[in-house]
Amino acid sequence: MKFAVIVFPGSNCDTDMYHAVKDELGADVEYVWHDATDLNQFDGILLPGGFSYGDYLRSGAIAQFSNVMTEVVKAAREGKPVLGVCNGFQILLETGLLPGAMRRNESLKFICQPEELVVENATTIFTSQYEKGEAISVPVAHGEGNYYCDDETLEELKANNQIVFTYANNPNGSVENIAGITNKEGNVLGMMPHPERAVDELLGSKDGLKLFQSIVKSWREHYVAAT
Amino acid sequence: MSLQHEPTSSQIKEQKLYREMGLSDSEFELVEKIIGRSPNWTETGLFSVMWSEHCSYKNSKPVLSKFPTKGERVLQGPGEGAGIVDIGDGQAVVFKIESHNHPSAIEPYQGAATGVGGIIRDVFSMGARPIAMLNSLRFGELESPRVKYLFEQVVAGIAGYGNCIGIPTVGGEVQFDPSYEGNPLVNAMCVGLIDHKDIKKGQAKGAGNSVMYVGAKTGRDGIHGATFASEELSEASEEKRPAVQVGDPFMEKLLMEACLELIQNCDALVGIQDMGAAGLTSSSAEMASKAGMGIEMNLDLVPQRETGMTAYEMMLSESQERMLLVVEKGREHEVEKIFAKWDLDCVTVGTVIEEQVLRLTHQGDIVAEVPVDALAEDAPVYHKPSKEPAYYGEFQAQEDYIPEITSFKSTLLSLLEQPTIASKEWVYNQYDYMVRTNTVVAPGSDAAVVRIRGTKKALAMTTDCNSRYLYLDPEVGGMIAVAEAARNLVCSGAQPLAVTDCLNYGNPEKPEIFWQLEKSADGMSAACSKLATPVIGGNVSLYNETNGVAVYPTPVIGMVGLIEDTKHIVTQDFKQAGDIIYLIGESKAEFGGSELQKMKEGRIFGKAPHIDLEVEETRQRELLAAIQKGLIASAHDVAEGGLSVALAESVMDGKVGASVTLTDEPIGSLFGESQSRFLVTVKPENQDEFQQLVKDAKIIGFVRSESGLAIDNEQGEELLSCTLQEMQDAWKGAIPCLLTSKA
Amino acid sequence: MYKVKVYVTLRESVLDPQGKAVMSSLHKMGQSEVEDVRIGKYLELTLQKGDYDLDERIVNMCSKLLSNPVIEDYRYEVEEVVAQ
Repeated sequence: MKFAVIVFPGSNCDTDMYHAVKDELGADVEYVWHDATDLNQFDGILLPGGFSYGDYLRSGAIAQFSNVMTEVVKAAREGKPVLGVCNGFQILLETGLLPGAMRRNESLKFICQPEELVVENATTIFTSQYEKGEAISVPVAHGEGNYYCDDETLEELKANNQIVFTYANNPNGSVENIAGITNKEGNVLGMMPHPERAVDELLGSKDGLKLFQSIVKSWREHYVAAT
Repeated sequence: MSLQHEPTSSQIKEQKLYREMGLSDSEFELVEKIIGRSPNWTETGLFSVMWSEHCSYKNSKPVLSKFPTKGERVLQGPGEGAGIVDIGDGQAVVFKIESHNHPSAIEPYQGAATGVGGIIRDVFSMGARPIAMLNSLRFGELESPRVKYLFEQVVAGIAGYGNCIGIPTVGGEVQFDPSYEGNPLVNAMCVGLIDHKDIKKGQAKGAGNSVMYVGAKTGRDGIHGATFASEELSEASEEKRPAVQVGDPFMEKLLMEACLELIQNCDALVGIQDMGAAGLTSSSAEMASKAGMGIEMNLDLVPQRETGMTAYEMMLSESQERMLLVVEKGREHEVEKIFAKWDLDCVTVGTVIEEQVLRLTHQGDIVAEVPVDALAEDAPVYHKPSKEPAYYGEFQAQEDYIPEITSFKSTLLSLLEQPTIASKEWVYNQYDYMVRTNTVVAPGSDAAVVRIRGTKKALAMTTDCNSRYLYLDPEVGGMIAVAEAARNLVCSGAQPLAVTDCLNYGNPEKPEIFWQLEKSADGMSAACSKLATPVIGGNVSLYNETNGVAVYPTPVIGMVGLIEDTKHIVTQDFKQAGDIIYLIGESKAEFGGSELQKMKEGRIFGKAPHIDLEVEETRQRELLAAIQKGLIASAHDVAEGGLSVALAESVMDGKVGASVTLTDEPIGSLFGESQSRFLVTVKPENQDEFQQLVKDAKIIGFVRSESGLAIDNEQGEELLSCTLQEMQDAWKGAIPCLLTSKA
Repeated sequence: MYKVKVYVTLRESVLDPQGKAVMSSLHKMGQSEVEDVRIGKYLELTLQKGDYDLDERIVNMCSKLLSNPVIEDYRYEVEEVVAQ
């Protein structure tokens, strides 16, 4: 399985994502520049955190117009796993691949700290290696991670089991403590916490690694079984 | 400051207009002598910024020459963008600290942000990938709305810039004292990593080579920033607001990536330098001077953000996020291609010439022509008069101060609430200290530790300076500042490598201030020599005064150490019930300049604590050996607030607690600030080996499973007993509480 | 030339934490008459005149980039200016 880490001008968690996949997960991975026009050779798409285009105007707003996003949308429609973390999540929201929007943290301050997350749905391709209800420690680092959606959308998210991670102690004011959601089809995940920062005991937690392992497992089951 | 009609040479001279730019009469005469005529407006501007203290160190040079700057590992000492130290295997660490005090006092968010941006450029212009930031901050007491505003905005500015560019802010310090009320100190340090082969210098070699301008466009912002930094702050400073620049971390991120790509992949690059203080002037003059060459530039080609800019404005602008490159003739397109990828301006603006002059043309005219050495090297050097201040004699003659204490427990809890000691979580949780996923020891410990990916190694880093000791006794205080920084590194398991210093003082034209500068440099030099940590660069910030009152002498020590194996990393938290608690070093009733004295008396006086550098060196060496042998479970240096505070901090995470018995007189033992002390824990099975290695260690208690801290005397009587909750409430709650309380 | 002034604000239904913070600050100053504060963005676009439907162009820019319809509303004013 081969991953693409999409690099926008201003992405800064791209190397973290790359090394998590390459060194800790042991999978193939390449950086892909924002003007790329073909993602066919990749099996999984990773949108890393950072401040794409300086997060000017709104976080993730300008990145949605990059060439590569047309391809990311295409990959998502084809059913490939697409993971957006932090700024990557914000880009997925702005692009409309996921419902809702981000507001500034309730405290109006940037927050960087380890957070306890609860795995709400362990049946997705991103979470099959976790148990439902499992508590995991994954860091957050954001200034605009306060997830918002209207009531109707929230009902829909709940009805379709799209809420994948919630915060045990909501750090930013997100609706329903939401930390991560998928699209209806379940192949696009956006989350504010950084699983790629939680793949090594030396740095405090390894709880994020299972997320990447889940993606590989589901890909193997799907494709290896098919061929 | 737009000047449609610039004064003529004779007007400048007759009306002494150069004074407004910060040049003295004798300096102006010297300029005339050097160039053999009266300078025009642009040339006067060039000299005024290059001869400011900020760029020329004209007042501090004699003092800076005291520092030891050489060492086996030193690859680059003072004089370049940043110093470089070898760490083996073809790698090296690059680091530097710099002040942005005056801009931060005027516009705290942008002042702090651009300080961060500037120091990052200094590091990547050497060819290094910045891997960590630290900052050392000093404010007045957290009481007035103004101080709270400065504190909140400075922290936000550091966070805003550092988080966006994606370099983790891993440590530093924040202290509060009335002496910084009107003149906060904002010192930022950047640490970078480099392969020896990529080391670049700011040199304009090779006649005919091209001078290229890259990065953001030039605007009118920050004109005369360097001169501004070399004056005292006053009410009138508010009016100098245009001198403060606005930072664009996104632009800097692109500039950094483009420059690193260029340095690592394109050998057409000859030299590179940041356009920092004094912008285009200092970068061009210094690069030419260092190479023994000259530079000719056509200012019409400089990318400009505003219309109608004069030569004077372009040369003195301190617009941020710009670099000057020297590139082999004929290979400019290779450089242009890289910068085009990052969507950045990249323009050939000039040529390296044999003749050692800086020659500027604008709209077809030569607007300035001055010898480069005159700008970069020939600034006058002043040996300022020095005089021991009256207060020093008084303090030295005073009897030792011993505080009266009624409750040890409430004293400890009050100390934990002092903003200088209290948890700085409110600050560092706003910094992305984890990005790049190498931060092994996060902020809040003695030193931050960042691993080097792909190796077993890690770097420990810290900034330290207890300026109260320095005020009482600059020489002793200078020694302590260096020793404490090294202590913090040793406690994390690192061998201290070298120092970058940021010397923050008042007006050096006052003999008492110059005396502080001189004496503290003596103390720092002695400690740097003894601990084998040469000074590889730094920055001087003078004139830190408001309405005639100087800040405490504050030479902030930035120090980096090497950990050969991440297995050797040690933190301060006590680890496991049953571990033996040792105190290395003896505790005396030394309270001059202590946190307790300040808390109880509202001021500091008396003698600074004693320090013996021999003893310091021995203990550090022994402790590090014990750590490297794996004998140490936790280590923490004993600093502000004394042993009781060090113990409280070591159990603050609540996983375990401690029971301690003190045999000596309790007040000095609990709260005294004797130097060269370490608090360590050792597993029982390692006890013998540890005691053989570390001579001055004494058992004072045991780690217990129950959280909290209990301290008894020899007779078994309780001196104090605190629950975890009590300590955490005091320590963690203090700063948020002060910030939300109404003034 | 047209000068287009675009005002972007959070939608009524969306909590505005910045606005709330400013309001409480104003109350602390004794400005108790302040009932609500909403913070938004102000953008100034300068457009060349041409053969196009001005409103359609502006609406397109506003709805696709300048505001996020999930949480934000926008309004705009157009002024004709003489190029300098």
